[in-house]
Amino acid sequence: MIPEYFSYTDSFLHRADPRLKIVAAVSITVVIAMSRSYITGLCGLVLSFFLVGFARLDIGVVARRLLAVNIFTAFLWLTLPLTYGGETMEFLGFMTISREGVAVAALITLKANCIVLAFLALMSTSPVSSLGHALGQLGLPEKLCLLLLFSYRYIAVISQEFQRLSRAARIRGFTPKTNVHTYRTYAYLFAMTLVNSWNRSHRVQQAMMLRCFNGRFYTLHPERLTAVECVVFGVIMTGVFIMAFWEFWKLQG
Amino acid sequence: MHISEGILSAPVLLGGGVLTVAGTAVGLKSIDTERIMPVAMLSAVFFVASLIHVPLGPGSIHLLLNGLLGIILGWAAFPAILIALLLQAILFQYGGIVVLGVNTVVQAFPAVLCYYVLRPGLSKGGNAQKIAGFLGGFLSVFLSSLFMALSLALTDTGFLQTAKIVVWANVPIMIIEGVVTMFAFTFILKVQPEILAWKSYWKDENHEVDE
Repeated sequence: MIPEYFSYTDSFLHRADPRLKIVAAVSITVVIAMSRSYITGLCGLVLSFFLVGFARLDIGVVARRLLAVNIFTAFLWLTLPLTYGGETMEFLGFMTISREGVAVAALITLKANCIVLAFLALMSTSPVSSLGHALGQLGLPEKLCLLLLFSYRYIAVISQEFQRLSRAARIRGFTPKTNVHTYRTYAYLFAMTLVNSWNRSHRVQQAMMLRCFNGRFYTLHPERLTAVECVVFGVIMTGVFIMAFWEFWKLQG
Repeated sequence: MHISEGILSAPVLLGGGVLTVAGTAVGLKSIDTERIMPVAMLSAVFFVASLIHVPLGPGSIHLLLNGLLGIILGWAAFPAILIALLLQAILFQYGGIVVLGVNTVVQAFPAVLCYYVLRPGLSKGGNAQKIAGFLGGFLSVFLSSLFMALSLALTDTGFLQTAKIVVWANVPIMIIEGVVTMFAFTFILKVQPEILAWKSYWKDENHEVDE
């Protein structure tokens, strides 16, 4: 139910040091998210396509993820041209829509898709466990990393627990409809899952204390930078810096 | 309730980031090593809640339940929600890494507010308890959609109409969340009321183990 589709396959990006990937993903996202020109967006899109190809991701799954992202942008396409105001233009001969609204919606769609593609290629190709350790090495507070690792560890367990309960409800003739009975049943199923998880956390906590847990996690897979990785990510980061300078230069001019 | 990457302006993203760092710092201070496990587990529960779809007319909506989490965890809801949203960004590409700050504030601030406003009502029992439970769902989603609308409107005044539509579109979700949160609290208070007193409870238990 909680798949990490993209971390199973293998490619150069999959094997690369997660620290480098996190830094690259954050830089690309920051630059694209703050940009206001189509040129930066298009350059970013080219870079993202390159990264997705490089990571050899399953195109079908990537397309489904993009569809989910574009539900929100579709909502903007439906509302912004009608409500944005400013300069108007004819549309289909019988109605006027805002030219700026269309421009803004187009820019947002470009930026959102570009960022998601880069994020997929860089972040989703690492298992969350190695991302957690990498974030710790990059200076995230230790408690936050522990929260991430533990929480990730139990998502599948808790999800299965909820599914077990809802399966039991369905076997007893429960069919979800739009009524209070359905909402009450879901609330009870969810609350039971919460109570069970709570008690589980208590047991896990005690088990960890017995094993002398001192608030630190040690990884069995220490990451080492290779020369090839440094070169490839150097090239990617140079591209990002050029986009940032171009954007800054345009803002000045 | 996520804002996608690439929509908000730099000042809004920065503001959200700063508020999230502050809230998370306060939240992390309130949990020591012994309490990390229950917070992590509830963070995972919150993640799973967002995968639960309840029917509404011909379609369905997914639950949020940030109010419930906030009433249980208080300030610790900040790091818990931050982690759940980060996992959603990594696993499903909902939201993103730069907009994570804004998304966390949008969901965690109402949660913490519910903790302070509604906890007294929950401990009373009877109708006051039911009303507090309902408000825990209703208010948290209302405030979340309001914050989301605010961050859109602050980005660009042209988004104002879109922002209004966001709030109105969330009204049915507010009501359903209210009902679900009310029933969930009734259940928790009957089955294991000590969850709501988790801080003192956890400490006592560990104290016994120490001896």
